[in-house]
Amino acid sequence: MASLTSAYPTSKLRAKPGLLERLDLPRRVVFVAAASMIIVVAMLMIFIVWQGTQLFVKDGYSLGAIFDAKWDPLADTPEFGILPFILGTIVVTAGALLISTPLSVGVALFLSEVAPKWAKSIVQPALEIFVGIPSVVWGWLGITVLVPFLADTFNGPIVISLPIVGTVFSMPGFLTGFSWLAGSLVLSIMVLPTITSVSYDAFRAVPQELRTGSLALGTTRWQMIRHILIPSALSGVLTAVVLGMTRAAGEALAVQMVIGNSPTLPEAITQPMTTLTSQITLDMGNTVFGEPWQDALWTMSLVLLVISITSVVLVRVINKRRMGS
Amino acid sequence: MIKGTRRFGALAIAAAMIVTACSSSAATTTAAPTATPAPATPTAAMASVAVSVAPVATPAPTTNCVTGTITTSGSTALQPLIQDAATAYAAECPGATITVNGGGSGTGLSQVLAGSVNIGESDVLANTKLATPDANSLVDHVVCRQGWIVVTNLDVTGVTNLTTQQNQDIWTGKDTNWNQVGGPDLPIVLIFRPSSSGTRATFKKLVLNGMTEATGGTTLTLDTNGAVTTAITTTKGAVSVIGFSYYNDPTNKPLLNGLQLDGTDATIANVGSGTYKLAADGNLYTKGDATGLTAAFLQYMVGPEVQGTIIPKDSYGPISK
Repeated sequence: MASLTSAYPTSKLRAKPGLLERLDLPRRVVFVAAASMIIVVAMLMIFIVWQGTQLFVKDGYSLGAIFDAKWDPLADTPEFGILPFILGTIVVTAGALLISTPLSVGVALFLSEVAPKWAKSIVQPALEIFVGIPSVVWGWLGITVLVPFLADTFNGPIVISLPIVGTVFSMPGFLTGFSWLAGSLVLSIMVLPTITSVSYDAFRAVPQELRTGSLALGTTRWQMIRHILIPSALSGVLTAVVLGMTRAAGEALAVQMVIGNSPTLPEAITQPMTTLTSQITLDMGNTVFGEPWQDALWTMSLVLLVISITSVVLVRVINKRRMGS
Repeated sequence: MIKGTRRFGALAIAAAMIVTACSSSAATTTAAPTATPAPATPTAAMASVAVSVAPVATPAPTTNCVTGTITTSGSTALQPLIQDAATAYAAECPGATITVNGGGSGTGLSQVLAGSVNIGESDVLANTKLATPDANSLVDHVVCRQGWIVVTNLDVTGVTNLTTQQNQDIWTGKDTNWNQVGGPDLPIVLIFRPSSSGTRATFKKLVLNGMTEATGGTTLTLDTNGAVTTAITTTKGAVSVIGFSYYNDPTNKPLLNGLQLDGTDATIANVGSGTYKLAADGNLYTKGDATGLTAAFLQYMVGPEVQGTIIPKDSYGPISK
C-alpha cells in the first residue's frame, strides 16, 4: 500500500492551477501586507528616533541634563529633566503588577485547574467584558469613586508604631486621593485580563501527562500545582507579566485622570505624581512643533519606545529559554 | 475559549479607537442643503425654455457671505465662542462650511503656521510661543475679551475674595491652610492647568507676576475643564482657575465657589471696564492676510451679531473699541 501511494506520480495529484495561482497573486498579496506592516513600524521608529534626538542635536541639551530631576520648561533657561516621569512610570507600573500578578495568576489557575464547567462559563465572559471596557471609563470611575474614597477614608497620616521600638513606619495620608496608589489600582484592573489570558494559555500548554503522573504519585492537587505546573509554565507566566507591564507603561488616559500629574519624584504611595505618558498628553496640545519643550516630549516618547522594545526583547529571551529547556 | 477572549480584545481595541476618535471634539457646521438648489444643467430639450434658478435664502444685508470650506483649531477656552459663531454664520450663509477643532493654543499656532488650518486660536500672543520670524508671518485678529475666575470647593466657606497678595501666597505655597486667608481649617489643594496651557500662563503673568508656583503633594495638574470641575467638587480645600464660559455653565455653577479678585466681581462688565484684571484678548491668527471665507468669517466675528449677541451669551467680553 505504502509503496503504491508513493509510486503514484505526485504531479497528477495536483489540481490544474487556476489563474490566480498562475499569477501567484495570493502570495503577492500576503507579501505586500507583511511588507507594509514592516514599513509602517520602520517609519514610526525612524520618525520617533529623529524627533526624540532633536533636543540633543538642535537644542543642545546634554544627556545628563535630561536624566535630572528638575523639570521647568518656563524658566529663562528651560530645564527638561525627565527623571520624575521615568521613575513615575516605573513605580506606577510596578505597583500595578504587584497588585495584579497574584490575582491574575490565581484566576488563570482557577480557570485551568480548578473551575467546574459552570464556573468557567461565568468567569470567562466576565474577563471578556473587562477587556472591552475602554480606558476612559476606568479613569472616570477612578476620579469619581476611587479618588474621593481614598481621600475620605485615609486622610490622616498613616503611622505604624510598635510598643518598644516606637514608630517603624509613617507616611502622609491622602490629602486629595489623586495618588500613586490610585494610579496603580486603576492600572492593575486594566492589565488583569492580559496577564490572566496569557498565563491561562501557559498553564493549558503543560502536558496532561505531567498532571496525571504527579497525581498518580500521590501528590495533592495543590502540591501538583506548586511543584509541577507553576515551574513548567513559569516562562509563560513571565511573558504574561512582561506583556502586562508594557500595557501598563503605555497607558495614558486612565492614569492621567487619577494620578494628580505633579511633576515631582514620588515620595509615598499616598502622594500625587506623574508618568511619561500623562505628561506627554498634558503638554502636547499646548506646545508648538519645533520648540525645545515639544522636542522634550518627543524624547519622552523615545524613552517609551525603548521601554517597549526592551520588553519585546525580554519576551523573546524568555520564550527562547522555554524552547531550549 | 481563550481565542474568544482575544477576538473580543481586538474588537475592544477597535471600539476604544472609535471612542477616542469621536472625543476629539471636531464639529463641522454646514448650511442645510435645501438652502442652495443646484443650478439645473440646460439640456437640448430645455434650451428653448428660459429656466431661472432663484436663490431660496437671501442673506442678511449685514453679513458678507462667501462660500467655501475653512478649518480652525486651537484654544479650548475660545472653542465654545468660535463654534457658536461658526454655526450662526453657516445658518446665514449657505455654502459656507466652517469646521471648529480644539487641541490647545499651541496646536492652533503650529497648525496655522504649517498651513493645515485657516485660523489658529490662541489665548496667548504668538510671539510667546513661536520664534520671531514665524510669529511675524502670522496676522493677529482680536475678536473678544475673555476672563478667568478663581474658584474653590464649596467646603471653603467664608472666603469670597482673595487679593492679589493672598493669591500669590497661596499659589506659591507660602499659605497652605484656608484659615490663613479667613477660611476654615482645611489644607489648600492647588489644581493647576498644565504649565504649557494658555490659562495658566495668563494667570501666572497677571496675578502671580511670574512667581514660581508650588509643587509637590498639595498640587494637582489636570488638563480638561471637565476634569478640573470634577476635581474641585470632589476634593476638599481645592482651588483652581477656570474660564468664565465654563464657570457660568448652569451645570457647573452651583458646584463651585467663585471668588472676587481684589474685591472686584468676576463679571464681563468688570472685564470690559478694566477693573477685573484676570482677562486677556482672544486671538485668532491667520498666516498672512486673510482672504475669501476666512476674511469674511473674521469680519463676522467682530460684527454686531457676534459682538452683541453671541459673545454675551457665551460669557465672553466684546472687544474694546
